[in-house]
Amino acid sequence: MNEHEVAILGVGMHPWGKWGRNFVEYGVHAIQAALDDAGLAWTDVEFVAGGDTVRNGYPGYVSGATFAQAMGFTGIPISSSYAACATGAQALESARTRILAGMCDVALVVGADTTPKGFLAPAKGERQLDPDWLRFRLLGATNPTYFGLYARRRMELFGATPADFARVKVKNSRHGLHNPNARYRKEVTEEEVLASPLVSDPLHLLEICATSDGGAALVLTSMDYARRHASDFVRVAGVSTVTPTYPNALIDMPNFATDSAAGLAAPDRGFKDSIAVAAYEQAGIGPEDLDLAEVYDLSTALELDWYENIGLCKPGEAEKLLNDGATTLGGRVPVNPSGGLASFGEAVPAQAIAQVCELTWQLRGQATERQVEGARVGVTVNQGLFGHGSSVVVRK
Amino acid sequence: MSKNRVPAIDGWFTMDPEEPRLLGLRDTESGSYFFPKDVAVSRAPGYATAPLEETPLSRRGRLWSYTTNHYKAPEPYVSPDPFVPYTVAAVELQEERMVVLGQLAAGVDPACLEAGMEMEIVLDTLYEDDENEYLVWKWKPVEA
Repeated sequence: MNEHEVAILGVGMHPWGKWGRNFVEYGVHAIQAALDDAGLAWTDVEFVAGGDTVRNGYPGYVSGATFAQAMGFTGIPISSSYAACATGAQALESARTRILAGMCDVALVVGADTTPKGFLAPAKGERQLDPDWLRFRLLGATNPTYFGLYARRRMELFGATPADFARVKVKNSRHGLHNPNARYRKEVTEEEVLASPLVSDPLHLLEICATSDGGAALVLTSMDYARRHASDFVRVAGVSTVTPTYPNALIDMPNFATDSAAGLAAPDRGFKDSIAVAAYEQAGIGPEDLDLAEVYDLSTALELDWYENIGLCKPGEAEKLLNDGATTLGGRVPVNPSGGLASFGEAVPAQAIAQVCELTWQLRGQATERQVEGARVGVTVNQGLFGHGSSVVVRK
Repeated sequence: MSKNRVPAIDGWFTMDPEEPRLLGLRDTESGSYFFPKDVAVSRAPGYATAPLEETPLSRRGRLWSYTTNHYKAPEPYVSPDPFVPYTVAAVELQEERMVVLGQLAAGVDPACLEAGMEMEIVLDTLYEDDENEYLVWKWKPVEA
């Protein structure tokens, strides 16, 4: 127990899919599920932290006021966060810090989105000052282009193979098979993955995360409040919302170039390596303490990068970790027992919150067929466009 | 009549047909380089008020990674019809110690690429209309 802890009293999700309804409906569904799970009413909530929807890489609809209004305005303060894929963690951090500052006992965190079909594309019109527009215009650098660059780098540097990458999808499709909130609940084989169309070589269609509709919510409370209202609950022990330290040597969306390390020396720890570390430090744990992890598998190869970034193994050893079964359910440290983005597709503002929902169910022993036996400590990790780190440590 | 050869974006590179250069900024106090030069502020922490000078970047670097896109990218990318797969390369410049993205020059087979190989900047067509050929920087293996 450390002084930065808050309790997770309730979690709730609206199933992921391509439902085509208003995102507010998914959010309200998730909120109600989280409140029911916590045994609390909307009128008990003292603060709402929303994750804004994403439109063409930038903030879309305002979330805090939208959800507070949809549930029925009660005069409480709200916040709206936008950090691309890391949006949910920023909303969570907004709620956590409010609780830790003693300004409220019960806060609601919510994110939901309705995602347009097809590739995430930049805003329309001539936007010569928008790097996100320019990377499409001048390079044709879609999001999968960056995923392809990272994947090829693993092949060049570590001798990874397309079959290694495909096996990440095979694993995650098995994990997600019985998850009632997952959009894709179908087992796929290595052959099927490799036979799907190439998108950004060496990555195939089945290795790149789809875009989905979905919603997720958490009820966070102070530890004192939790002790008064529940006999058993899991805790948020660390939250990281770090940004890169200059110079960042890894090419990131939507940039044309990395920072230059010709002037100031690069930090000892790169950006992606720094994300989970900040959450571990708050929680007073290390990667060796983890029972499971939910990592952001925007592509299969990126999941392997994360194994190394969060300290599950040394650089270059992720393929071995995967192939030895260590990250499969039943292994040493299962990764993405939920099925990950491979089984969900991405509903951007809800996704980092959904990762925390999964850890909560796992640590409570409520994850049914995908249960990680005896799970006591888990971590989520994720990175958002424009330099947003996100990681949450949840423990019993 | 041949079309006008114009840059697809103004001020990002020189139009020298033989030895084109990307144009970046250098913060003369920290020694950091920046590309593109759309924001004229040094991003090195503590150097926000440092003077910046425009500087051509190294023409050559080493291939860091690459990927070939096998699908039509959404607008504003101007795709040829019928679609032709294209490759995006990431190249590390030694002096600037930065990685810069660019498409692979037309006619280069991506199968010949290998991380670490020496690459150089060339000007190549990004797209055309009735009057103009719009040029952009691309990477090409020095040996090719």
